[in-house]
Amino acid sequence: MSEASAILALAHRDFIKLLRDRQRMVADFAFPLIFIGILGTSLQAGFGSQAGGLNLLDYVFTGVLAQTVWQSSALGLISLLADREQDFSQEIFVSPISRYSIILGKILGESLVALPQALGIIAFGFILQIHMGPDQLVRMALAMLVIALFGGAFGVIVLANLSSQRAANQIFPFVMLPQFFLAGIFNPIQHLPLPLDILSHLAPMRYAVDLLRDAFYGSSSGVVLSSATTNLAIIGTLFVVFMVVGTFLFVRAERNR
Amino acid sequence: MKRYKKAETNAVDGISFQVKAGEFFVLLGPNGAGKTTTISILTTTLSPTSGGATIDGSDIVREASAVRRKVGIIFQRPSLDQNLTAEENVRFHAVLYGIFPYAPTYALMARGYRAKVEELAKLLGIARDIHKPVKTFSGGMRRKLEIMRSLLHDPKVLFLDEPTAGLDVPTRRTLWEHLSEVRRTSGTTVFLTTHYLEEAEEADRICIIDKGKVVSFGTPDDIKRDLVEEYVLVDATDRSALRDELTRLGHATSGGAPFKVQLDGHTVHSILRSIETPLSVVKTHTPTLEDAYLEIVSKTSE
Repeated sequence: MSEASAILALAHRDFIKLLRDRQRMVADFAFPLIFIGILGTSLQAGFGSQAGGLNLLDYVFTGVLAQTVWQSSALGLISLLADREQDFSQEIFVSPISRYSIILGKILGESLVALPQALGIIAFGFILQIHMGPDQLVRMALAMLVIALFGGAFGVIVLANLSSQRAANQIFPFVMLPQFFLAGIFNPIQHLPLPLDILSHLAPMRYAVDLLRDAFYGSSSGVVLSSATTNLAIIGTLFVVFMVVGTFLFVRAERNR
Repeated sequence: MKRYKKAETNAVDGISFQVKAGEFFVLLGPNGAGKTTTISILTTTLSPTSGGATIDGSDIVREASAVRRKVGIIFQRPSLDQNLTAEENVRFHAVLYGIFPYAPTYALMARGYRAKVEELAKLLGIARDIHKPVKTFSGGMRRKLEIMRSLLHDPKVLFLDEPTAGLDVPTRRTLWEHLSEVRRTSGTTVFLTTHYLEEAEEADRICIIDKGKVVSFGTPDDIKRDLVEEYVLVDATDRSALRDELTRLGHATSGGAPFKVQLDGHTVHSILRSIETPLSVVKTHTPTLEDAYLEIVSKTSE
């Protein structure tokens, strides 16, 4: 009971922090809007007629939506490092709650932070006249919740291997950028050469993007790579592994300096 | 014992001591002596490389969670969340320690919580500012807030790691008064590290460490007595008569005039009374703790 309460408190703290940090809210919206508004629109205008019936704006929109939620949540976890540098994490780590609760609370909090961003992007999608029906929106909302939690767990495993916020800022582009393309946010990945196909299957973001496209397009559209069940099973497994191994490594690194 | 990764020497090297319940205990030492490392190990934020400790019967390695529940800590560097208000920081703490269930606003928190916050805020003199953002707080107020927060879960032991570092003198003094008030009302064991000596003078017992080793341990009086000589300086117009008399009385004198007479357990009064030669100079030397401390630290750094 008190663990659950502590997880809620940790999550709420992250959410309060977001609401009080206007600058971050604006910055968080900028990139997805550029990707969808400029890249998505221009791809559709230029190559749309040759894409065999696939709307490229829709394709980029769904890709960026999944990527934003996933990455925002993962990046949010890195703020544990910033907390450590401001020595606030000391306060959290001397408290008697379980280390897993701390990480879980953090993941939940960063998911709460990622979802309002998704709302903004969806609103932008309506402005661009991307069609989304109510049942589609419900499926997408559920998928995004899963994606946010999954992104948070990915953040933990990255975080556990970093020593400072500076290291995180340097490493993160190398961890994220390749996944943009391996997960097929803008580009098709149905027919990849074998080495790239292997790498693509290793990129966790692939499953997040695919799950969201499944919710948007439906499983029989030909855009989706794997069934929702397969994606969910892979995401579930990775979540548990990232979470358990990441927390273990993180706590060990904290205590054995 | 603790050796940091990549360090060539042990930061804390085989130190061992006991603190009694309810005591005001001071860990004193110069910068880099190992004070913070010791506190970090005792509060479970660092693992010892070897050795162990128990706090109120709980082992710091095997029963870390139980230890965390029993201790409160004020870190050397402030550990408040700047994005939150003072009360939100306190609420966060209360929930993490499982004292009260979480609610998103102050008004929705349990009645017991609100009563406790009001009581502690009043005790520390920050009742008016409790709902303001921590960003707007001065250094002294932040310290008070941290003390208030750490007392919320009624810790058996309150650890303070150089709590007054960087505060001006009036703030330091009021903080100190508040802390003694807290100690009187709650009976909490206080474990303080500091390099300010006047803060150690009032301690029940002091442990002086330097370079990771215990240099001296005891009450402030013990430490003064053991480590710095107390003597009375005397001189007379008739120096040879005085020297003869001192030798006859069995007082060890060293060097020439003025003569240094070691107290060796006598009082200054009894020594002076036994001397019949008219004295021209009488000077007593009773060391302060600062003298003792400087003596100890200069010895080990040779």
